[in-house]
Amino acid sequence: MEPLRKKLAEGVYLTYVPAEKFKTSVLSAQLITPLEVESAAAGALLPAVLRRGTTRLRDMRSIAAALDRLYGASVAYTVRKKGENQCLGFVASFLDERYVPAGERLLEPMADLVGELLLDPLTHNGRFLTDYVESEKDNLIDAIESILNDKRDYADARLLQEMCRGERYGIDRLGTVEGVERLTNQTLYPFYQELLGAARVELFYCGSAESGRVEGALDRALAALPRERVIEPAAAERVGAPESVREITETMDITQSKLALGYRAASEDAPALLLANLIFGGYSNSKLFLNVREKLSLCYYASSSYHRSKGIFTVSSGIEAGNYDIARREIDAQLRAVQNGDFAPWELEGARSCMLSSLRAREDSAGRLEEYYLGQAATGIWEDTDELIAQLEAVTPERVAAAAQTIRLDTVYFLTGKEGTAHEVE
Amino acid sequence: MKWNETSYPRIGETVLRATLPNGLPIAVVPKPLYRKRYAFFTTRYGGMDMRFRLDGAWHDTPAGIAHYLEHKMFDTKEGNALQELSQNGAEPNAFTSNAITAYYFDCTEHFEDNLKILLSFVSVPYFTQESVDKERGIIGQEIRMVEDTPDWRVYTNLLECLYHSSPARVAIAGTVESIAEITPETLYACHKAFYDPANMLLCVVGDVDPDEIAAIAEEILPLSRGEVIERDYGQEDMRVVERCRREAMEVSMPQFLLGFKCPAAAEGEALMRQDVIADIACEVLLGDSSPLYQRLYDKGLINGSFGGGFDQLPGIAYLYAGGDSNEPETVARAILDEARRLAREGVDEEFYQQIRRASFGSTLRALNSFENIAVSVADGAFRGFDPFRFPEVYDAVTRADVEAFLRECVVEERSALSILIPKKEGASQ
Repeated sequence: MEPLRKKLAEGVYLTYVPAEKFKTSVLSAQLITPLEVESAAAGALLPAVLRRGTTRLRDMRSIAAALDRLYGASVAYTVRKKGENQCLGFVASFLDERYVPAGERLLEPMADLVGELLLDPLTHNGRFLTDYVESEKDNLIDAIESILNDKRDYADARLLQEMCRGERYGIDRLGTVEGVERLTNQTLYPFYQELLGAARVELFYCGSAESGRVEGALDRALAALPRERVIEPAAAERVGAPESVREITETMDITQSKLALGYRAASEDAPALLLANLIFGGYSNSKLFLNVREKLSLCYYASSSYHRSKGIFTVSSGIEAGNYDIARREIDAQLRAVQNGDFAPWELEGARSCMLSSLRAREDSAGRLEEYYLGQAATGIWEDTDELIAQLEAVTPERVAAAAQTIRLDTVYFLTGKEGTAHEVE
Repeated sequence: MKWNETSYPRIGETVLRATLPNGLPIAVVPKPLYRKRYAFFTTRYGGMDMRFRLDGAWHDTPAGIAHYLEHKMFDTKEGNALQELSQNGAEPNAFTSNAITAYYFDCTEHFEDNLKILLSFVSVPYFTQESVDKERGIIGQEIRMVEDTPDWRVYTNLLECLYHSSPARVAIAGTVESIAEITPETLYACHKAFYDPANMLLCVVGDVDPDEIAAIAEEILPLSRGEVIERDYGQEDMRVVERCRREAMEVSMPQFLLGFKCPAAAEGEALMRQDVIADIACEVLLGDSSPLYQRLYDKGLINGSFGGGFDQLPGIAYLYAGGDSNEPETVARAILDEARRLAREGVDEEFYQQIRRASFGSTLRALNSFENIAVSVADGAFRGFDPFRFPEVYDAVTRADVEAFLRECVVEERSALSILIPKKEGASQ
């Protein structure tokens, strides 16, 4: 059976994916809004406050108990960045009804719960509960600061902040600590009301229930959703690399240094760039993995990512501080090899079969399908999986090299230890 | 091939099991609606198997050797199996846990070819002095990266506080010093001892022909030597080594882990039963629908990172709870007080039923993952129980079992607290 996509109301869409094979069903409701420096923190705080309590289920314990009774269902609040948009809302996962003893229904109560969380928060004098807002502000600040705990994530995030300064893409999905500190209950509630009326709403269901039932349950659960002037998701802005490369070095008390590089690609040949990324550093048979990690033992990890909607590439690696120069030289040499078409047929075929296998296996995971459809809705890049597979099959080595030749280094971010063999910035 | 087929209608699974003439147990879990197919080849040999008896003599091996071996197994005479597999569109990987080492891949095409590659590189070792020496650099980097990870640090400190002699105190990857002792000869010897078909298991999940799987395995793998290897996991009583340990690290806020030493269950279905009881006990005590969780969250003492669980490693078991908190001692105190209250007053019947239902649902939901399926099947086969019979275990467990567990295990004398405190400075330009 094929997925169905349907407009339920102004700016409200349902993607329905019938599936019999999973133990769980997934139901997601997401608000999509363009990322802005001023509102990123508010957008990140909102779902955390909403899941604190509804008019009916006034605190988290009541919500958790309701989920327990639905056979250990879960509702995660999510804040994601897709292209240059912030997507926030709830993803519910619950036992598929075929495995529920006594034929109990779970879809309708789950849809109701998601609707309540989104539309019917516990309020006092027309505002959220101040306690809830203040304690979630603290939690959000902790979450923003905790990215420091994973040095790899931290370095990768710092790279994007520096490289895309002034662009939406450089805004962290959670906003900044200062942005969170400025928020109050007086500003958050109006923000919420405005967002409900204006955001694109993407609904997603994957499971064994029939489409009519899903639609009916969501119609009822979201009946109170106000629809005003809907603001469409933002298309990502394309920017060229600067004349001279930006280099940033920071120090921290760590044993393994992190080197992150950011590039801009001007080519619009996405299938060729997808393969170029895999050949360069996108999987375990890539040039970065085989040469920089395996052959030269230069780093524990070295991989590249292609941020397709934005047309940028990033490289993430962990190295000994003393190996900075040689690591940079090697990463550079590997990219040049891709640009010069200096890759063997097995490298292209390996990349292609990795890509195709991953695309084909996507339908085996409800979570990946949810991400995929949300990403398409937010970036406006709609494409059929079979069509993309056909396009990938047609990519030639020449096209990979031509597309890769448009890749230019933009920013280098280096996070290093405080003592010993620290690299001197030339 | 004669397959023993068991169906589990309550959870919608079927498993075909057989043991090959060469001693290898095989389990096939059919998944006709999936595109991907998954193979998991594992040996009962993990980070904790450092001291063992072979050919009548006890052997001591360096910490981290099972993990080192895992890294080196991908080398083949022709090159590297990882590359061969990913060349075929497979996603290969491997891990070493405390109790097992596992090699696996999933793919949508060329499954049988990939299975041949998997079985052959895991069963045929190929090391040289040069390649073993080179790996030291890569693993050394991995060890250093892990040592920078707060989650790992807080966990390792807890185990050092809880255990006197169990090898669980030692990091699975070892240390930069311990791996310096590893040579090609020790790697070959450990491979010979533990990568014996009778000490291993192959689990395949997906739409496959079981007879073809068996034929491939029989053709590629050697015959079993069939020797049972006795292992030494140390002797532990219920006393802890240290009640509390603090360490400063580059973290944004304090992180903690509170652990309770529990008696290890006997091998067999008792393990699964203890798992179910402990999981329910943990949720009753501090799960997100417990009164304690709500109270601590409302006071800002815990955040979404807070949670707990129960682990059963070879010879040991412990219940743990932790997360980020600005006042770890206060949270630890509150957990101990709540456990005492539950021991005194018992667990409310309605709440117990609610948690039992949720715990059952979560266990079933975890079977969406092919990896979880394979790990459960292997764990059950190695330790003598049928993991897919968990619905029957949930039926049999009672509130009194959970109360008895809380009363016996979740007590201050058996606890230890590990805390990471932030160093003062953060990143600087």
